[in-house]
Amino acid sequence: MTNARVAGVGLTHFGNHPERTSRDLFAEAGLAALDDASVDPADVEAVHYGNFMGELSEHQGHQGPLAAESLGVHAPATRYESACASSGVALRQAVRDVRNGEADVLVVGGAERMNNLDTARTTEALAIAADELYEVRAGMTFPGAYALMANAYFEQFGGTREDLAHIAVKNHENAVGNDHAQYQSEITVEEAMDSPPVASPLHLYDACPITDGASAVVLVSEDYAERNDLDASIAITGTGQGGDMMALQDRENVATSPAATDAADEAYADAGVTAGDVDVAEVHDCFTIAEVLATESLGFFETGEGVAAARDGVTTREGDLPVNLSGGLKAKGHPVGATGTSQVAELTRVLRGDHHNSEYVPDARVGVAHNAGGTVASAVVHVLEVQE
Amino acid sequence: MTETRDAGYDDWLDALESGDGYYLECANGHGSLPPRRVCPHCASRELTEEPLPETGTVETHTTIHVATPSFVDDAPYVTAVVDFGPVRLTGQVLADEADAENGLEVTPRVGESETTGERLLCFEPR
Repeated sequence: MTNARVAGVGLTHFGNHPERTSRDLFAEAGLAALDDASVDPADVEAVHYGNFMGELSEHQGHQGPLAAESLGVHAPATRYESACASSGVALRQAVRDVRNGEADVLVVGGAERMNNLDTARTTEALAIAADELYEVRAGMTFPGAYALMANAYFEQFGGTREDLAHIAVKNHENAVGNDHAQYQSEITVEEAMDSPPVASPLHLYDACPITDGASAVVLVSEDYAERNDLDASIAITGTGQGGDMMALQDRENVATSPAATDAADEAYADAGVTAGDVDVAEVHDCFTIAEVLATESLGFFETGEGVAAARDGVTTREGDLPVNLSGGLKAKGHPVGATGTSQVAELTRVLRGDHHNSEYVPDARVGVAHNAGGTVASAVVHVLEVQE
Repeated sequence: MTETRDAGYDDWLDALESGDGYYLECANGHGSLPPRRVCPHCASRELTEEPLPETGTVETHTTIHVATPSFVDDAPYVTAVVDFGPVRLTGQVLADEADAENGLEVTPRVGESETTGERLLCFEPR
């Protein structure tokens, strides 16, 4: 079996770009990835593209072919939708295509346009990642769903709003120097605590922003990389996916994310690594509580101990296990369909040594990306490793 | 919201509205809500309608301040997941933020959104 190698990565600026179409955002990220890889668009055999809410924000479905043509690629193109894990599942399929010998060169990525809607309409669009009949019609919002998880977590395991604020502060600190990040500025615990409530116990600074942006990764087989003398030293050695009941009310315990645990276990076994081997991680912190659930599911901390680890600085860039050196969804931003592959793009740079925070993990060899959809009814985990 | 009914869901709300609330129970005792052809927990096809318990307990709750357009006039409002034993339900707790707490005993009833007038599941503190 051949490993899939990351030959190149590309990102747009993540931020407030209401006038930019998703096809143009993806063109920028995809062309940057092809240039980074030194791969000719004519060699691309398939495009796998993630997008969540194009029908609602742009009145545009069937975006796969648009994504391919925006890069000048003439190849089959498919759009994947798993809410906020859309490009994560697209990447998983691309990895499998390389491994199965189906393709030697693929572009995989995603794009999302969100800020052309007002906040209420965006909130409405995001809510469709939850159960329409039994959650959305009861008035549940996406922040509301994570607030229910946070409240249950505090009740079962302890923790406070102030503990969660440390996660937001850390991720803002990590985003300083990231040219692609929406917020390249630091915040304080006090500012986070004083921000307005969105869905108690979560306040504005617990939540990722509404973001326009795109990301792309060029995946190649080892054979293609060798034949074309590509610099593709990062391999995706593990992939895993997990699932859970859609509605929180049908879950065994709303204070945990077992779908991500399953995805992590599968990805670790696939790569032949353990949680203890991981040097650095990019996780899906759409809300501060989500980073806690992610680090527990990834096996970095025991269930119920993630919030204390965050408060104690274990996951800061100077800590034992740096998490979200990019700034995470909180500060880098969260253009939903682009997030999964943006995490892999950031991790690739960290491991290659050309990331703005690479200096904090000079010896890192194993990275993990954790991408979740909805309230983690979908989860995808990928393991990246430096290859000699 | 369309005027076309959602079979199963609207029937379930109708039943609750007329005081005959129910849930679906499979041969293995798992609870679920319609429309269902199989139990989502064990795939059993033997589903029967059982009376919904009259009271439930708030398991987790939140006060939503930033709402969708369908609930913008309702905000702030309390949303909760309520444990009824075999099933849990999600809906609005008819209480102020200060009075909503985990462990609160509530009864289910059909209310309506102040914003749209659409029906929704509500919970009255006992």
